[in-house]
Amino acid sequence: MNKSLRILSAPLIKENPIIVQVLGICSALAVTSKLETAIVMSLAVIFVTAFANTAVSLIRRQVPGSIRIIVEMTIIASLVIIADQLIKAFAFSVSKQLSVYVGLIITNCIILGRTEAFGLKNAPLASFLDGLGNGLGYSLILLTVASVRELFGAGKLLGFTILRANTEGGWYVPNGLLVLPASAFFLIGLIIWALRTVKPETGKE
Amino acid sequence: MPSESPRKTFLVALGVCLVCSVLVSTAVVGLRQRQQANRELDKLKNILLAADLYTEDAAVRQTFDAKIHPALVDLSEGQILPETPADKRLDPINFDIKVIARDPKLSRIIPPTDNLAGIGRRPDYMVIYQVMENEQVVRLILPVYGKGLWSTMYGFIALKNDIQTVTGFIFYEHGETPGLGGEIDNPRWRAKWIGKRAFDESGELKIEVVKGTVDPASSQAQYQVDGLSGATLTTRGVDNLVQFWLGENGYGPFLQNLRAKEVAHE
Repeated sequence: MNKSLRILSAPLIKENPIIVQVLGICSALAVTSKLETAIVMSLAVIFVTAFANTAVSLIRRQVPGSIRIIVEMTIIASLVIIADQLIKAFAFSVSKQLSVYVGLIITNCIILGRTEAFGLKNAPLASFLDGLGNGLGYSLILLTVASVRELFGAGKLLGFTILRANTEGGWYVPNGLLVLPASAFFLIGLIIWALRTVKPETGKE
Repeated sequence: MPSESPRKTFLVALGVCLVCSVLVSTAVVGLRQRQQANRELDKLKNILLAADLYTEDAAVRQTFDAKIHPALVDLSEGQILPETPADKRLDPINFDIKVIARDPKLSRIIPPTDNLAGIGRRPDYMVIYQVMENEQVVRLILPVYGKGLWSTMYGFIALKNDIQTVTGFIFYEHGETPGLGGEIDNPRWRAKWIGKRAFDESGELKIEVVKGTVDPASSQAQYQVDGLSGATLTTRGVDNLVQFWLGENGYGPFLQNLRAKEVAHE
């Protein structure tokens, strides 16, 4: 039980895929201008990492080494299409905002990285937890960045006005930089800096 | 690592592909109806938003059926077709601009010199939406589309029955940068279009998007809309598509005929 818990919790901070391994940051830039899109994107990534890792683990004894990457990609791509179809059916307005980024989960290095490094070598349950943990670790950073960007870039959270922007008759002057994708780079950089100051061991090779 | 024989490799690849394709096709086929319904509802919702009739999602279909009369317009003739052609794709309910614009029989190539909106092919027919009040057409909702910076932007422009005043403008599909070009969705920018005049008294197309802010003292202010800062190319695209669709290659002939009819009535 302790081992399972460790597999699940390690990727949250200590081995976080974004801030420690610095993987999957492209989508972290693109979908974090609003909290709502970040939440849906997080759910999609959690779904894909957890099930791709489990599926790869289930067939790990059968897959020949020469085609293993392509098998992993096929499984990941199929899961991403399913996630995309589900979002289009059940969260249509969000799917319009996410546009191509759900499809781009296929290229998210976190997922292929986990199936290669973990799913291929471990039992299905452990792989599921590892996928889940990595998805959650990714989500944690995504939601943090999105909250900062939406709150200070637009004065809102989940579309509700928190800081009334001056363009809508309030006092708050929105920070235009935070609306741009590049600001996510700065925020993620600051988070990495903070983490490495508090826990220097995360920065070691 | 497991055995590497070609037979095994082939079988594993085949097995994985089979399972994955069954899962993907099940998801696509199983959810298609729901997605289609979402897309249709979204389009109707945007028509109502352009017509300023939108209240809530649940009432969209009902309001649409009660207040909006779709009609098929032959763009070159500038006339509403008296009856729906046999071709199912031209039925106002099924009408899909993307499908029609791709069919060489139902669309034409716009010569590059006239191709302001950057669309290449233009449908011969378009479905317009008439907002009815007491059996009278009070507003016209005209579908428009054209290239922005990254994407083709699809929207609706609403005109009052004086065929001059803009009463609404909305895009329902585009892929412009969120926060910059994507601000064409901002209700505050959309509100700037309301009350502007698209044509002058003689019916000449005058409306334009200007860079920066409109000078309210200018005699042209009633024809001008503020550009979006940080979105020069997207707003240029919006300006171009308005010029195209309200011009002679778009709804120009149709609007001209409506105007002539008005005059004949008076």
